[in-house]
Amino acid sequence: MSFSIVLLIVVAIGAVAFFLGRQRAAGQQRSSSEKPHSRVHYHGWWAFLLTVLPALAFLVVWSIGSNAWIESSTVANLPPQTDESAVASRGLALGMVKGLADGIRKLEAAGPTEIPMTFEALRPLLAERGVALASDTQDYMIPMAIELNAAMATAAWIGGLAALVLALTGAYFAIAGVKVRARARNNVERIVLGMLMAASTIAILTTVGIVFSMLFETLQFFHSVSLSNFFFGTVWDPRFAAADSSGAEGQFGLIPLLAGTLYIAFVAMLFAVPIGLMAAIYMAEYATPRVRSIVKPMLEVLAGIPTIVYGFFALVTVGPFLRDISTAIAGFTFIQAQSVLTAGLVMGIMLIPFVSSLSDDIITAVPRAMRDGSLGLGATKSETVRRVILPAALPGIVGALLLTASRAIGETMIVVLAAGVAANLTINPFEAMTTITVKIVNQLTGDLEFTSPQTLVAFALGMTLFVLTLGMNVFALYIVRKYREQYE
Amino acid sequence: MTDAATHVGTAAVPVRRDIGIKRRKAAEKRFRAYGIAAIATGIFFLIALLWTVFSNGYTAFWQTSIELPINFEESVIDPGDKRATDVNVLLKANYPRLAQDALVAKLGVDPEDRSKTRDVGRMISNGVRTQLRDMVLSDPSIIGTTQTVWVLATADVDSAAKGQVDLAVAEARRKVSDEQVEWMRTLQKDGVMKERFNTGLFTFGASSRPETAGVGVAMIGSIYMMLIVLVLALPIGVAASIYLEEFAPKNRLTDLIEVNINNLAAVPSIVFGLLGLAIFINFMQLPRSASIVGGLVLTLMTLPTIIIATRAALRAVPPSIRSAALGLGASKMQMVFHHVLPLASPGILTGTILGLAQALGETAPLILIGMVAFVADYPTTPFDPATALPVQIYMWANEAERAFVERTSGAIIILLIFLAVMNVGAIFLRRRFERRW
Repeated sequence: MSFSIVLLIVVAIGAVAFFLGRQRAAGQQRSSSEKPHSRVHYHGWWAFLLTVLPALAFLVVWSIGSNAWIESSTVANLPPQTDESAVASRGLALGMVKGLADGIRKLEAAGPTEIPMTFEALRPLLAERGVALASDTQDYMIPMAIELNAAMATAAWIGGLAALVLALTGAYFAIAGVKVRARARNNVERIVLGMLMAASTIAILTTVGIVFSMLFETLQFFHSVSLSNFFFGTVWDPRFAAADSSGAEGQFGLIPLLAGTLYIAFVAMLFAVPIGLMAAIYMAEYATPRVRSIVKPMLEVLAGIPTIVYGFFALVTVGPFLRDISTAIAGFTFIQAQSVLTAGLVMGIMLIPFVSSLSDDIITAVPRAMRDGSLGLGATKSETVRRVILPAALPGIVGALLLTASRAIGETMIVVLAAGVAANLTINPFEAMTTITVKIVNQLTGDLEFTSPQTLVAFALGMTLFVLTLGMNVFALYIVRKYREQYE
Repeated sequence: MTDAATHVGTAAVPVRRDIGIKRRKAAEKRFRAYGIAAIATGIFFLIALLWTVFSNGYTAFWQTSIELPINFEESVIDPGDKRATDVNVLLKANYPRLAQDALVAKLGVDPEDRSKTRDVGRMISNGVRTQLRDMVLSDPSIIGTTQTVWVLATADVDSAAKGQVDLAVAEARRKVSDEQVEWMRTLQKDGVMKERFNTGLFTFGASSRPETAGVGVAMIGSIYMMLIVLVLALPIGVAASIYLEEFAPKNRLTDLIEVNINNLAAVPSIVFGLLGLAIFINFMQLPRSASIVGGLVLTLMTLPTIIIATRAALRAVPPSIRSAALGLGASKMQMVFHHVLPLASPGILTGTILGLAQALGETAPLILIGMVAFVADYPTTPFDPATALPVQIYMWANEAERAFVERTSGAIIILLIFLAVMNVGAIFLRRRFERRW
């Protein structure tokens, strides 16, 4: 009995319980003189929940538990010749057995067949069904796979039957418990509240998941690469090919990547902040409502365009344009098509709407009275903006800029297409540099091996990125929130 | 005292202290000009960006095709007459040869001139193989007959026909020969070679040949992921917002959740990709490159957006509604689900659409979970390998050929149209159902 079929049956029983419970409640309430506590459909829902929830919870726990148990007993049955090798190869052997089991299941689903007991005979049969096997699968794994299948099938049957029994018991108790004065509504509402609460913890779980997934892989990375190599190394050369040879350990220097990341973000901010800020000031202080209603949505369009489109824009238009201009001016190409300048410029364009909409909010939050006071003393509008509004809004604007900067640091697609992949350490903005995000993408495209430092380094880089942006975000949100309270 | 006397004497003419009015007015004007310049720069870049995409991409919606009377000659398809017994005969037959022969006959080229016929054959896309094979397989009785078929020209011929190839460049340095251009002109004059609407762009999967590459698989993948995001993120997001806005006590835990949600909204998207890779693929053993993993990752990414929008919408419902419901004896739960939630639903829907639009354009996390795959077949379930629209754009952007630049821009146009429709829908919903209390 497969998981989904059991699920379907349980839900069907729940539906029946819903109608029975409702009907019973309606009958009782009609014939009774007492004032009923809950409306009839609450009795129905309570019956449904009591039927479905325990069975569902049991099914989930059972399938996880039985899987783990069967796997561990399979691993225990692996013959000792693999014992001597490392844990990874035991995992590999388990994977092979599971692959075999999967294939045999497919074979049996197609019709009753004799399962050949040698790998050579089995392989073409499975290949016909579109199942590819690992080439070093051993013969002794075939009976193990069959055993695994049998154990799985038994576990599924036991679990499925138990779940059905649980569902029926729940339904019986719920329907039998229908009384005129029974507090069905309170029961249902309590469970709904529990569900709402569970949903709100998903946000926390996500953060925990992010931290733990990266922490785990990062620690594994630092098992094979020293901390100083990563944090203080100035050379990035991970050496994909020489993963196993002990003599040639790759070099995983963070410094050039971090420098590139910050440099490009800096150029982008240099471009986006004046433009975004001036645009926000103009729209908040000078623009007529008509102009505002046209310009603001246009800048917001800029914010809605996916970053991959900006990357394409950099690759096809901005990069070649800057290159040609440099050739025209100096006679030789001093700006590379993929350069810090290209990436920074295009990222700056992307950031303009962020800066402008965040600062717009903050500038309009400055109280009217301060503006009127300054204007009443004879200051011009620009003087009011520069001497009164901006100083008053400064903490908020700093927070906004921090948020923008953290966005620039974490941006991926623009730099992947516009910044280049060479990990240079240079101060020339016309040359290519690379960023943390680019290297994460580079290390994780292609074949993955979760044991090699070449793959794991991506998680260490991701952790660095996460910590960096998290710090900036927390600080920025703190400033923005504090600032908001000041004027509320 | 003479000073004072002169002062009194000239009192009729007021002294104008120089307070720099002129300078200040000029500064004011300059400041204003800066603002206008800043906005103009922003809009200029918006236009430049859209211009780049549309000028490069609009031609992708037309593709050069050739109308050929193809003779499905038995001697070419099945020289040994074994197709009744061996299915492989029809699968592996030399179909491009049929198209080549037809074009050779059409152009009046000497069929014995090997190099010339080869040049003629090179004008026809290799996609003709699957096209003719599918025709024969679906109806084997056409063998031996002559059918009129529109076949695709190669990307090089297509570029030349669209005027994107500079014919002044020396023949050796471009991909279409003078002779081919000559043939092209003849075919165009006869009305046999035409630019037809490029349905392939919407239906084909990945391909190394530009003319048979399309966003079909990517669109299916994107649709699967959007459905998964919608089914998961909307209920979870709304439930979380209801709890935080209506029920949660003010304590440490809810504070933590709130800070968390705000932070998650600002976490770089690539980090979510790492999360998906480590948890969904490495730990939970879900298949790589599958839309289910992409959907889950995008769900986690979209949740904060939906939660923030939903909470704003819930907050906008005036307290009097709540008081009225409670006063009439509704329980708190009934108050929320019967009164507050329906009134907040336009705002929630708007926020959800905007979150979906953001998820649709997201690329980086999908690359990490392996959706940068060469997928030529349609995925039938969310567990099959697939790509997504923005990832397809990324892959094409890395291709060097001119024809792929056109395809990339075309795919971007499709993506932008999807986004525009979603955003306009959100604005429409907001305008139509928004209530001011």
